[in-house]
Amino acid sequence: MSSDWPLWEVFIRAKGGLAHRHVGSVHAPDQELALRHARDTYTRRLEGVSLWVVKSTDIVASDPDEAGPLFEPAEDKIYRHPTFYDIPDEVKHI
Amino acid sequence: MPVADELADDPLEDAYYDYLLRIGDDALILGQRLSEWCGHAPSVEVDLSLANMALDLIGQATHILNQANNGDGDELAFKRDVLDFRNCLLVEQPNGDFARTIVRQLLYSTWQHLLFQQLAESRDPFLSAIASKAVKEVAYHRELASEWTVRLGDGTDESAARMRDALDWCWRFVPELFEVDEALEEMIARQTVPDPRSFEREYRAAIGDVLADAKLEMPADQRPILGGRRGHHSEHLGHLLAVMQYLPRTYPDAVW
Repeated sequence: MSSDWPLWEVFIRAKGGLAHRHVGSVHAPDQELALRHARDTYTRRLEGVSLWVVKSTDIVASDPDEAGPLFEPAEDKIYRHPTFYDIPDEVKHI
Repeated sequence: MPVADELADDPLEDAYYDYLLRIGDDALILGQRLSEWCGHAPSVEVDLSLANMALDLIGQATHILNQANNGDGDELAFKRDVLDFRNCLLVEQPNGDFARTIVRQLLYSTWQHLLFQQLAESRDPFLSAIASKAVKEVAYHRELASEWTVRLGDGTDESAARMRDALDWCWRFVPELFEVDEALEEMIARQTVPDPRSFEREYRAAIGDVLADAKLEMPADQRPILGGRRGHHSEHLGHLLAVMQYLPRTYPDAVW
């Protein structure tokens, strides 16, 4: 039965102010039931305050075969990390 | 039953105890029924939905039966015989196929939701507390059952046919939900619990709306079957209890 249903990706906002994070997927016949299935499957232990579901086929993904050209050029550009600063002790959460 | 004996000389306390058993046993038996789906539901997502509802209901039953028996709800759940159960007949009906489980849930959760909304305003502090807490769970059960009713009723020819059969099976147990007997009359007179007849029209309209969305017809009224509230149960409840009570009755001191 569930293999006849489309797959939906599930995103949860753990608490106000945080971004929605991908947590997994569910099968469901349509978007309303996808939300309910996501609620029943992924928020049983108070994991979140908000849910998104999106049809997996609606996600545009990068091609793994192109991982080289896409991502490797960033490997030797260490200066893009903001790690060359001394951070004062008083500054928290950075 | 020690508790019933102690209270036997106080008709008011008797009615209160009886009421706790009615709503507590409804939750317990429906929770047990739903948990029979565990590992057998049509998909893993539905398996979790049904198990979640079962756990909500068993949680409610725990609070209510604990209240009825000085904190020992387990004794009521696991050591009573079938004639002492006070649940309505609807909740003890076998799961059947998924359609029948969904129709049973729609018919019961809609009723429980309307009841608990009013019960949350009860003058009895326990009843108002448990109803206020549970009403959110029940609202979700009602919504889920309504959604599935629409999907199945307005689904394929086969799912629609199964829903019609399921409605046909369950419909005769609806009048019992609105039956007011002497014990309930007593509670209503004390203004601690709502008269279910006060929301019967709303109930029928709500069920009618969901069925219309599902392109299903409201079944014709059948000869009602009553008696669960007084311990006259269908054969199905005995089988359910045999499974549920086997372990604690066979190994009374078992712990885990």
